[in-house]
Amino acid sequence: MKARVHVMLKDGVLDPQGEAVRHALGTLGFSGVEAVRQGKVIELDLTATDRATAEAEVRAMCERLLANTVIEKYTVEIA
Amino acid sequence: MKAAVITFPGSNCDRDLADGFAGAGFEVARVWHKDTALPAGTDVVGIPGGFSFGDYLRCGAIAARSPIAAAVVAHAGRGGYVLGICNGFQVLTEMGLLPGALMRNAGLKFVCRTVGLSVATADSAYTAGWAKGAAIAVPIAHHDGNYTADAALVARLEAEDRVAFRYLDNPNGSAGDIAGVLSENRRVLGMMPHPERCVSPEQGGTDGSVLFRSLAGAFVAA
Repeated sequence: MKARVHVMLKDGVLDPQGEAVRHALGTLGFSGVEAVRQGKVIELDLTATDRATAEAEVRAMCERLLANTVIEKYTVEIA
Repeated sequence: MKAAVITFPGSNCDRDLADGFAGAGFEVARVWHKDTALPAGTDVVGIPGGFSFGDYLRCGAIAARSPIAAAVVAHAGRGGYVLGICNGFQVLTEMGLLPGALMRNAGLKFVCRTVGLSVATADSAYTAGWAKGAAIAVPIAHHDGNYTADAALVARLEAEDRVAFRYLDNPNGSAGDIAGVLSENRRVLGMMPHPERCVSPEQGGTDGSVLFRSLAGAFVAA
């Protein structure tokens, strides 16, 4: 199965990189951007064949490594 | 009085850190990240600066899950001393040995210069050689040194006197101007500035040597 993990900074955690991107967009003339948050997408190919097992495994991976839950939140999609 | 300095792929301050410990009289062992145990009798573990694993995923994240990590966490759990500098501080937060996280500098730039610090507490083996409030000069060199903690955590660190060092002129946006943090038992210290880069006049300063000598003093007294 394939899994896709989205990792984003938690609401309220300042994102200096997102802010820099917003600023650069303004410089290019895109004046309508109020906020930019930057995160990451992680794709995994898994040997698990059932959805529940795959999702449980990936959530454990997020908790232990893929996200730093002090500052980040994550979502898991299984396909 | 034994120190063990861990080297990860991408560490680049490990030799300086070993010299810092040795200069204060420690017997220093070098430990590879794939080792699974610390040398017998290790009193202090040093986690050096650098760019472990190329800063992939998050700074310090991969190093914090490397084979030696469990031994370091167990050492801290037994009340052992652990000193993490720069990338080492990032590794300690990723291991969960210190609270908070280190994010991209607020100014987005890599900052490499000597900065002024205030010694925020003298109540630790690392800082006992200074008077509280002493102003010292220590180099920094980092891109991700923005100490991030919510207001409740900053308040708790202050209330428990666990801020070890504070920036006099905040270079990276750190909450509460925090440059270094102690664990609850005051034996784990993480700091972004590099005391090992100012232990001899040839390096341009000697303020860092006080930290290593203070720590050594804890063992002489014990």
